[in-house]
Amino acid sequence: MGRARDLLVSGALLLAGRRRRRSEREPTVPPGASNPRAELAAVLLLLAGGLCAVAFVAVYALDRIPDQTQYLGLSLGLSFLFIAAALIVTGTRLVSTEEVEDDYPVEEHVTEQETIAQVVADSGNRLTRRRLFRRALLAAGGALGVALLTPIASLGPVLDVDPFYGTPWKRGRRLVDETGRPWRASDIEERDFYTAFPEGADKEELGAAVVLVRLPKNDLRLPAENAGYAADGIVAFSKICTHAGCAISLYRSPLFAPNDPGPPALVCPCHYSTFDPATGGTVLFGPAGRKLPMLPLRIDGRGELRAAGNFDGPVGPSWWGVRLRGAHA
Amino acid sequence: MIRGLVRFLDQRSGTAPLVRKTLRYLFPDHWSFLLGEVALYAFIVLVATGTYLALFYQDSTVQVVYHGPYVPLQGQQMSEAYRSVMDISTTVKAGLLIRQTHHWAADVFIAAITLHLLRIFFTGAYRKPRELTYWIGVTILTVALLEGYLGYSLVDDLLSGMGLAIGYGVALSIPFVGANLASLIWDGPFPGQHAFFARMYIAHVFLIPALIAVLLTLHLTLVALRHHTQFRSRRATERKIVGVPLYPGQTPRSLGLFFAVTGVLFLLGGLAQINPIWLWGPYHTYTSTNGAQPDWYLGWLIGGLRLMPGWDFVIGKYTVVPNPFWGGALFPLAVFAFLYLWPWLERRATGDTRYHNLLERPRDAPVRTAIGLGVLTFIFLIFVAGSADRIDVLFGISYTAQIWVYRVMVWVAPVVVGLVAHRVCVELQRGELVERDRERAEEEAAVAAAGSR
Repeated sequence: MGRARDLLVSGALLLAGRRRRRSEREPTVPPGASNPRAELAAVLLLLAGGLCAVAFVAVYALDRIPDQTQYLGLSLGLSFLFIAAALIVTGTRLVSTEEVEDDYPVEEHVTEQETIAQVVADSGNRLTRRRLFRRALLAAGGALGVALLTPIASLGPVLDVDPFYGTPWKRGRRLVDETGRPWRASDIEERDFYTAFPEGADKEELGAAVVLVRLPKNDLRLPAENAGYAADGIVAFSKICTHAGCAISLYRSPLFAPNDPGPPALVCPCHYSTFDPATGGTVLFGPAGRKLPMLPLRIDGRGELRAAGNFDGPVGPSWWGVRLRGAHA
Repeated sequence: MIRGLVRFLDQRSGTAPLVRKTLRYLFPDHWSFLLGEVALYAFIVLVATGTYLALFYQDSTVQVVYHGPYVPLQGQQMSEAYRSVMDISTTVKAGLLIRQTHHWAADVFIAAITLHLLRIFFTGAYRKPRELTYWIGVTILTVALLEGYLGYSLVDDLLSGMGLAIGYGVALSIPFVGANLASLIWDGPFPGQHAFFARMYIAHVFLIPALIAVLLTLHLTLVALRHHTQFRSRRATERKIVGVPLYPGQTPRSLGLFFAVTGVLFLLGGLAQINPIWLWGPYHTYTSTNGAQPDWYLGWLIGGLRLMPGWDFVIGKYTVVPNPFWGGALFPLAVFAFLYLWPWLERRATGDTRYHNLLERPRDAPVRTAIGLGVLTFIFLIFVAGSADRIDVLFGISYTAQIWVYRVMVWVAPVVVGLVAHRVCVELQRGELVERDRERAEEEAAVAAAGSR
């Protein structure tokens, strides 16, 4: 048992070994009563920890058993926890836990401080034009710093914000679904919600996706600048929320929202910006600071939906220049 | 054998005096002093599990078709990044265990830092001469938040994408430079070019962990140089530190805590599902879902973004402050500015420039406790506001009504909490004075009674 205790005591230093002989000098660690039961407990806990580690390897070696992740976590976690328990038994029962006193470090070293300041001050005493020298150092250091940071500009077009106004929409472009099939006006029903893309465009571009909803024509109250944007009661808006850029994927129609009755509304699930499709995408509630860009629609001779132009404003979250210009193709 | 080794090392490094002092380095004993240690151990687990994950992860947004064992996603378009994390979670043996342990460790890491910070704040441990230690600690917290955000963004599932879209929105909202900065980071407008994932990856697995490691080293070195703080006792004073020596007393305890933290994290990683990425599916800019909540430590920012009423600050045609800036950037900036400035503000207000090795209990500093609890209430309410949509779904309480209540509460409640906390502290102090008087009187009475007998 004594061997085991010594093992534990010195084990933390990963130097498992018995102290061959006790020092004849005064012991540096206060002696205490031995505790054979705690020693036994620690040894058993260590063995349990080792056993669990073996179990982990065994579970790993098994091929695709059900709940393998759970068994792996259980065995590895318990292995660590048993060893933790052994260490805590050691720390509280088998080694000295006596609290001792010591002095806090001195608050400050006044003479050394003075010496350092003196050395720094004196080391420049051969310089006759210190101020000039310091300014030259600063100028060179600053210029070199700027030079070293310059390659960061290669990361992206830092000055070109024109792409932020761009969308793939233009007059005549067909609206298609995710698989590329054109949307027909007759597909779009009231109280439902459809996603459309410009035919042949990259769907991941922020300016690409639009939501389509159909409202009773009498409910439409489009402002003057959006007059003629609707086609047979169908309206289209950018699917990207003007607040923080999430996709607007909720259509609140009275049917779905017992807690928030109100007119049909397009809602972004990230921060619940709520837009009114009947009034051209104005903000009803939530943090969005700008209306949802609206896409003018027309129905062609075959009954398919086409864009009648670009959005009435830039798409996506706002930046400093979002109100300076309109969207462009 | 030990003697031989010690001699060998000392002859070659000359560090025997240092090691001797280190072995006798004292650790004052209080459970709350272990919170920082828990954070340190979680970080070690993060590095170990993260390294393993990096052996399988691919930072590529090239679109591929999924043919792995998870049936519902078979045949779907997804990025190579997402597929590699799907593979880690399904086909790599022990991969899911390591991934979930990594995720749990991240949550525990930031939770432990936060609790550690609260302990430091409410006991005044940051006071002279430990301001540098404190400032470095606060910096670790800010960096850790960013690191966690990048971690779950790399998965490139729907949750990642929604988080990145919001991050992009917040970056874009920075006054005057937002679009330029975002253009630089994403290499153009969202969702950016392929290089963006490479950038997040190197930041997540190298730049930020290295920074945290350096800051941790500085933090611990400064702690050791100034020694630990302690609560006042008969023996523990401003000049005398009382504690258990590093060796042998503290070593098994700290090692035990390390093993316990690691064990709990592996148990969680194996038994408690976290971020089931296969349920989210791949991200596309035109997809989102409700019920998507970020990891807990970003909840306060979601709350901030959601509570803000809908207006941009516009002058002429210039959008000076787009909306996400308020809740997503200004709010955390203000909170961290408060944390960084607090030691200086307190010193200015109290004129206290003395050295402090003894901790104060919250009641000993009623003003600090009141302000601290007020700020905490403010942050906590905004955090809770971030879950208003879940409350709507679960309990049928109107979302808009809740938001209006929170918009008022976040300003009123901190003041009330602060005033009550101040009062409670003062009353507790008075109670102690009364108690002390009573004890003294009883002692005197006992002495008098003994004398009269």
